[in-house]
Amino acid sequence: MAESALVPDVSSVYEPSLFGTYSKKIGMWLFLLSDSLTFGALLYAYSYGRISTPNWPTPFHSQSIVNATIMTAFLLTSSLTMVLAVRASVDGNQKLQRLFLLATMACGVGFLILHAREWTSLIAEGLTLPGFPAAPGHKAAGEFVDVAKNVPQFPATFFGLTGMHMLHVTLGVIYLGVIALRRKFIPILLVCWLAAWLGTPASSPFHSGAHVLLLAAITISIILWLKPKLYDSADVEVAGLYWHFVDLVWMFIFPLVYLMSAKIL
Amino acid sequence: MDATQLAIEERVAEQHRHHKKALFFWVWGALLVMTAMEVYLTYQNMEPKRMLTILMGLSLIKAALIIGFFMHLRYEVSRMKWLTMCSVVGCLILMTIFFFPDAFRILHLGVR
Repeated sequence: MAESALVPDVSSVYEPSLFGTYSKKIGMWLFLLSDSLTFGALLYAYSYGRISTPNWPTPFHSQSIVNATIMTAFLLTSSLTMVLAVRASVDGNQKLQRLFLLATMACGVGFLILHAREWTSLIAEGLTLPGFPAAPGHKAAGEFVDVAKNVPQFPATFFGLTGMHMLHVTLGVIYLGVIALRRKFIPILLVCWLAAWLGTPASSPFHSGAHVLLLAAITISIILWLKPKLYDSADVEVAGLYWHFVDLVWMFIFPLVYLMSAKIL
Repeated sequence: MDATQLAIEERVAEQHRHHKKALFFWVWGALLVMTAMEVYLTYQNMEPKRMLTILMGLSLIKAALIIGFFMHLRYEVSRMKWLTMCSVVGCLILMTIFFFPDAFRILHLGVR
């Protein structure tokens, strides 16, 4: 009997994909659709609050707008490097793929640092939430104290929306780190966790927020221990879909939250 | 991974090889230019409603570019394109129908 006759013809056993693509990609698209509704709800909540609240504050000075514009440029550039990483992985160029993935992560980290810096300065000026720990001995006296007191919907929706996006960017950077570096990324993540935890004061929301990195390190360790594998071009493409989605959401947050609330003198 | 999945993956990879790198740079440039336009328009003292319309219009164009070119939806089969986009747009329209009339009503009645 010919050897080929022993190999089952799986293409006749499995039905062709309804969407003409592989299952991992369809799974990611379905996740992104559900996630777009999460962000849709948050953006609607922000817009609803804005429409229904007279005297909605427009507190962002040009410095904040410049900061947010640079953050946008970081995200757009990261999308370019991400799509180039996907291209390199399809071409089978592992070295270039890793380089572009690391460049994407660098842009993501740049975005996070600028965002964290902005949050810290807004909190110091009095824009805060009841859930944020108060700094001992520090009494905020900036212009945002009145905003937080008179229009509490503003800090609630602002921190809710941008915080959710920041969490997505953080998880995106971690996801790309695992695809690019696999197990080698775990010690890097643990060092980042220690630096973020010990390097921020206890009154900062990032002090306890840094534990997201520890949780991610534990989860990654379990996943890589249970299913160690080399990531192929399909994995890079699926990770890229997630990253572009994070960029896409920011394209709505930036004009709605920052540009529409710019202080024009 | 089974043979069918491998075959599909190879077909998708083949599609990617046809994309010109220059196209991605053009899309990136267009996105940056539109962002700069948004920031410029912010400081033009426009009426908020008009500004919101323009900003949201530009954001939708940017979103379409990202989804179409960077997320490659443009190159997927039409069933995938229509099902994904129609479902998400349908849900967002439903949210609009439920939320906004109420917000405008509160504004009209006044907040106590």
